Amino acid sequence: MADASIGLWTVPLAVFGGAIRVSTPFLFVSLGECITERSGRINLGLEGTLVMGAMSAYGISYLTGSPWAGVLAAGITGALFGALHAGICSLPRVNDIAVGIALMLFGTGLAFFLGKPLIEPTAARLPAIDFGWWSDIPQLRAALRINALFLIGVVLAPLLLWAFRTTRWGLLIRTAGESADAARAMGHSVLAIRLRATMAGGFLAGIGGSFLSLFYPGSWNEGLSSGQGITAVALVIFARWDPMLCLWASLAFGGAAALGPALQSVGITSGYHLFNAAPYILTLLIMIITCSPKRTLTGAPAELSITR
Amino acid sequence: MTTEAADSVQAAAAIAPAADPRFLQRHGARIEYVLIPGAALLAALAAFGGFIALYGKNPLDLYFYMYYGAFGTWFSWQNTLTRAAPLILTALCTALPAQLGMVIIGGEGALLIGALAATSAALALQAMPPLVVQLAMVCAGMAGGGLWILLSGGLRHYRGVNETISSLLLVYIALAILNHLVEGAMRDPASLNKPSTREIGAANMIGSIPGTDVHWGLVFGLIAAVASYILIYHTTFGFAARVAGGNIRAAKIVGLSVGKLILTICFLAGSCAGLAGMVEVAAVQGRTNANLAVGYGFTGILVAFLARQNPLAIIPVAILLGGLNASGGLLQRRLGLPDASVLVLQGIIFVFVLASDALYGRLSLLKGKS
Repeated sequence: MADASIGLWTVPLAVFGGAIRVSTPFLFVSLGECITERSGRINLGLEGTLVMGAMSAYGISYLTGSPWAGVLAAGITGALFGALHAGICSLPRVNDIAVGIALMLFGTGLAFFLGKPLIEPTAARLPAIDFGWWSDIPQLRAALRINALFLIGVVLAPLLLWAFRTTRWGLLIRTAGESADAARAMGHSVLAIRLRATMAGGFLAGIGGSFLSLFYPGSWNEGLSSGQGITAVALVIFARWDPMLCLWASLAFGGAAALGPALQSVGITSGYHLFNAAPYILTLLIMIITCSPKRTLTGAPAELSITR
Repeated sequence: MTTEAADSVQAAAAIAPAADPRFLQRHGARIEYVLIPGAALLAALAAFGGFIALYGKNPLDLYFYMYYGAFGTWFSWQNTLTRAAPLILTALCTALPAQLGMVIIGGEGALLIGALAATSAALALQAMPPLVVQLAMVCAGMAGGGLWILLSGGLRHYRGVNETISSLLLVYIALAILNHLVEGAMRDPASLNKPSTREIGAANMIGSIPGTDVHWGLVFGLIAAVASYILIYHTTFGFAARVAGGNIRAAKIVGLSVGKLILTICFLAGSCAGLAGMVEVAAVQGRTNANLAVGYGFTGILVAFLARQNPLAIIPVAILLGGLNASGGLLQRRLGLPDASVLVLQGIIFVFVLASDALYGRLSLLKGKS
């Protein structure tokens, strides 16, 4: 009866629940990339970092039985990949976009290699917090089973905005991103600032990966991430390097990505693959609308190679 | 191939100074282009050997099986060359736009769209003679792939959208379109477990080069690489492209139409990758299904960077990496390594090759004193 009574509401409800579930990796990767890009460097390798994070989180959670240890391991793996990216980029005449592509391929390959034995076993998953206990409608309860990582991400976004605006570290990162010369003149090492910003970005992207393997979809396999990392990098560009806009954009993306499964659940299966491509099409459309060949984007860090 | 070339250059360099003390200085830049990527490749192989040793396998076994699986026998040579064919074509998809300073990494998407277009052409023209069908497949594959990358180029030129990100997003969109059509409108009802299109028919397959098992796709690749080389280095158009790639403002001042260059080059680049898709359908698979998305487009990016975006250098590098792919099966069977080992090694090579960019112009041996 409950099914019949909510009828058409199933789809928007599933999209809403999906928006919260699916948006979490987008949110973490985009916040991480936001830090990195604000320091004047772009890390396209976060796609590889995401997959490495997912694999190491699953492995550590399986070995220790503690999913939170897995989340931490994913973050550390991500930070190491960030350090690798920053290390190679600090060599003279090395292009950060190319290094990102290389690390994207390396990260995915390494994760598939090391993750081979992890496809079979089941690891401890992250618990969900039940916000829908007051409701009798199963779909609503399912939509309101929210993971703690999502809440952390939601808190992190305004926190980052505040940090960029008011803290010493935020100012240093922005200075390195707007004018490397100014940062040098102030007596700071631009390479060191970018190293830390890229490591912080990798840390968050790794945690985003841990969400994939430990909560939703909640298992490790080689098809786990298909482009979420690169979509999140694109998302930062039209979020204008603003952490709060990253949050809203991630939610919109999560909703778009949840559309396919939601329609499938009410029996609309034709075009399933096309609906799955919705986030990529949406990204492309938003980039077409918001970019312009005539002017640089407002809010773009001046040192960023991708907008020059 | 490249390492052998590097060795021979080293040997030549060892003899040459006695004959002409300025030999190294005069040819320093050229020697660097072979020596530095060659050294990066060897360093990557050594690093991968160390990684494999940590995994409890003997690195020497690894190197032997890699050599044996890639170039050890006539059979493995044929396997290697068969895999090199699509790599040459997808590498051109990255190397041609690179002349304009653009980084296109969506060759995989153009390959898939090219394969779909070629298959559609073949299925639509079933009644025609094979030669007509094959020509139509080549045209459709090239047009499909070309238009796909043209989309990235157009977005870059008219809307200022970053071409690296848009071309990669288009890979996922192409894969979704392929899955949608293969499981829907174009599905062969007889393909149960693996949704596929209908077969293009044995008569329409392009077949092998006489005396070998290597298909004609290799010749397509060689022709495309040589034609690209001539286009870039021996025509006014190519010269204009390289000027625009070096300094876009200067190019505009001298009156080059940069937009036309971007769009033409992107179309040509995409049509190379689309041709790779056509070759995979018409010479290997015989139909379109998800088997086509095995990463030739992504390995092609590595080939282009390792060849320093030079269309001629792409040929030996593609053969080298084709050999690496070909030896993957042997590594799995004999050493029990996961199939992803090839991906790991490719990633390590990529990282080392990019890091080696820092070495250009810094080798004191090759520096002129003037």
